[in-house]
Amino acid sequence: MKTFISIYLKLSVGTLLVVIAPSLEAQTLDSILIRKDIDTSASVLNMDAAYNRPFLTADKMPVSLGGYLEANSIYSTEDGVTEGLSFQARRLTLFMSASISKRIKFLSEIEFEDGTKEIGIEFAALDVAFHPVLNFRGGIIMNPIGAFNQNHDGPKWEFVERPDVAVNMLAATWANAGFGLYGKAHKGNWVLGYEVYLTNGFNNSITDNEENKTFLPAAKANEERFEESNNGRALFTGKLAIKNRKIGEIGFSYMGGIYNKFEEEGLILDEERRLDVFAIDFNTTIKKTGTYIVGEIIFINIDVAETFTQQFGNKQRGAFVDIVQTVLKKEMFGWKEATFNIAARLDYVDWNIGTFKETGTEIGEDLWAISPAISFRPSAQTVFRINYRYQWQKDILSNPAAKTATWLFGISTYF
Amino acid sequence: MNKVCIYLVFLCCLFLVACDKTSPVAPEENELLDGPIEGLTTQQQIQFLKGDEAFADVFTINEGLGPLFVANQCASCHPGDGKGHPFVQFTRFGQSDTLGNQFMTFGAPQLQNKAIPGYQPEVLPTGATFTSLIAPAVTGLGFLDAVSDADLIALSDPNDMDGDGISGRPHWNTIPSYVQLRPNSISKNGKYISRFGKKGAAYDLLHQTSGAYNQDMGITSLFEPIDVFSLLEIDPEVNTETVRNVVAYLKTLKQPLPRDVNSGDVILGKQIFSDIDCAKCHSPQLTTGISPIEALSNKTFFPYTDLLLHDMGVGLDDNYTEGFALTSEWKTPPLWGLGLSKDAQGGTCFLLHDGRATSIESAILMHGGEAVQSKNKYLLLSESEKTQLITFLESL
Repeated sequence: MKTFISIYLKLSVGTLLVVIAPSLEAQTLDSILIRKDIDTSASVLNMDAAYNRPFLTADKMPVSLGGYLEANSIYSTEDGVTEGLSFQARRLTLFMSASISKRIKFLSEIEFEDGTKEIGIEFAALDVAFHPVLNFRGGIIMNPIGAFNQNHDGPKWEFVERPDVAVNMLAATWANAGFGLYGKAHKGNWVLGYEVYLTNGFNNSITDNEENKTFLPAAKANEERFEESNNGRALFTGKLAIKNRKIGEIGFSYMGGIYNKFEEEGLILDEERRLDVFAIDFNTTIKKTGTYIVGEIIFINIDVAETFTQQFGNKQRGAFVDIVQTVLKKEMFGWKEATFNIAARLDYVDWNIGTFKETGTEIGEDLWAISPAISFRPSAQTVFRINYRYQWQKDILSNPAAKTATWLFGISTYF
Repeated sequence: MNKVCIYLVFLCCLFLVACDKTSPVAPEENELLDGPIEGLTTQQQIQFLKGDEAFADVFTINEGLGPLFVANQCASCHPGDGKGHPFVQFTRFGQSDTLGNQFMTFGAPQLQNKAIPGYQPEVLPTGATFTSLIAPAVTGLGFLDAVSDADLIALSDPNDMDGDGISGRPHWNTIPSYVQLRPNSISKNGKYISRFGKKGAAYDLLHQTSGAYNQDMGITSLFEPIDVFSLLEIDPEVNTETVRNVVAYLKTLKQPLPRDVNSGDVILGKQIFSDIDCAKCHSPQLTTGISPIEALSNKTFFPYTDLLLHDMGVGLDDNYTEGFALTSEWKTPPLWGLGLSKDAQGGTCFLLHDGRATSIESAILMHGGEAVQSKNKYLLLSESEKTQLITFLESL
């Protein structure tokens, strides 16, 4: 993997230099490179997030480069016990896109998480546009479940931590090898988008892992999902998103299929077990106040063997909502459109919904958190964030919640 | 611009100050069951941490869980080092007398009531008597382990020579070859005093822990190498160092500390506890002998148990036993930590061996056999005296 990354980086930078090098003597880099900013027009949907990023390109050059960095400090205390102050280099993500020919393009996204602890291809797909409502996408794609999985770039958010429901219940960023179709249509104030994909999917680890709960992100450790399906059954992911330019966007998505290895070399290992994930995502801006609201609600049903431990639940649900208010927007320190924002996030995840067979009492394994935040953006692409997060997490028995308070100071920027 | 700078400086100061001021406060030491005993050496503390980690380790199928099992980690049965919950209740079967378990070829002594996908859990064989068990709290076990055999013998009165109707006796049991005899251990006809488990059938914490890995999680070790599914010896699925670290962790977990000790009701309740003879089995005070862990040597502690077997009457006789205990006999459970039980059991306490009592009072009322006189004395108490007694028990 490291060799691949190295080649990827060299190719990316090399391509750019080859194109612009002859001009360097006569011109400065700034005059050659063009920064393509994020499209903030009202016709953009969450599904456009992969391509809708600030890229750097050279005039007439078919290749664009970009990326973002997220780093922060963290001071956390759980029930009076702290491990002190830490600094974290959460993510370094590099994108490279290319226009191959008319209506054929390519985008890749490589992410280094926690330094080089996890290196992954989050997106590497070929897009072919037959018509605005009929596009083909194939390669390594981000499954369009909810909105955060596709629209997760750090600099877009006012919070250092990603939403719990996205990373600890869904498996954001959840990417797989596969193919599918997508398209968009516009009429008046309305924009309609759809996506349907078949990809490789999850595996047994989601109901047998060291988290000791049904945990979809456990399947991310299975790197073979880019090489072959765990069980020969495709995972279907589909999404329908509707946007009214004056109101906001709402998306309905579904991801499901057989997740377990039920057969090997013709021998039956287990019965086929299904996973079904439903998500509703939304975002809107209240025009009068400029308040931005974004959130997701997720429901998961999963078939867990009746004979297995109740630690692994067969129903989950979770949600998050962010409210962001710009309180100051003016020239500051020479940055023309610098903004101060205040924000708040509510996180909720219940990894095990149901009651104990033995007592009929409710199963716990849930988490609530509230995170007020202050952010400063010198420009739209760069954000300084101070977050405070207070979390209540209950174990499976609903014993008194472990209380955790966390202070985070972080930066995130596109480059 | 100046205002912006002021805001920024103010925010930074707020951030620095708030780190400490907004943190959740640590619970009082006597509100928690976990934590090490005082006076451990650095080396012992390091082993405590390793054992703590292993105690919380979740066994996955790839790591050897099952295929038949009851729980997938130590902490499932002992959440927060406290008592277990009925969702990880154990069923043991197959032995109704002192002649040994007659159902070993059917997977006895423990019913593996869960199975990994593709397998079927065990079902009770026809004709097997059984009992259900809730796991006990694991705090303070090192103190109990370090009480000398001589002290337990001194507490016993197997023939009720004093005529008080209480005849506790040590559980003289055969022991596995891998256990190491504790200092000054006493032997009787080749048997030794065992003291852990509801029937007091496990000799020491290594015996108890190896058995739990094997019977509760389906994990074999050097000490208990027989797989509960195939009933054949297989390679160890947990290494010896890990088992020993867990044993060291259990030995060095602190004893539960009482709360509200100066409250009037607690003081009066403690007196009533003694007056109605609860303390004859639930001995308030024991003293450790010599222990390889210096911090455990020659210490007086307050577990409210005598570690002896007592006949608890037909109501608590499930017609199942272990070792050489009678089916009606149970080892006196320590009462320390009783008031914290519900914080480990999901807000409701599940008491007695199988969790059938969901309040302290109902547990008292289910006492029979040698404890029937104490129960009758409890029934004669006034409501306020009952409240004082229960307040005292909740303070433990």
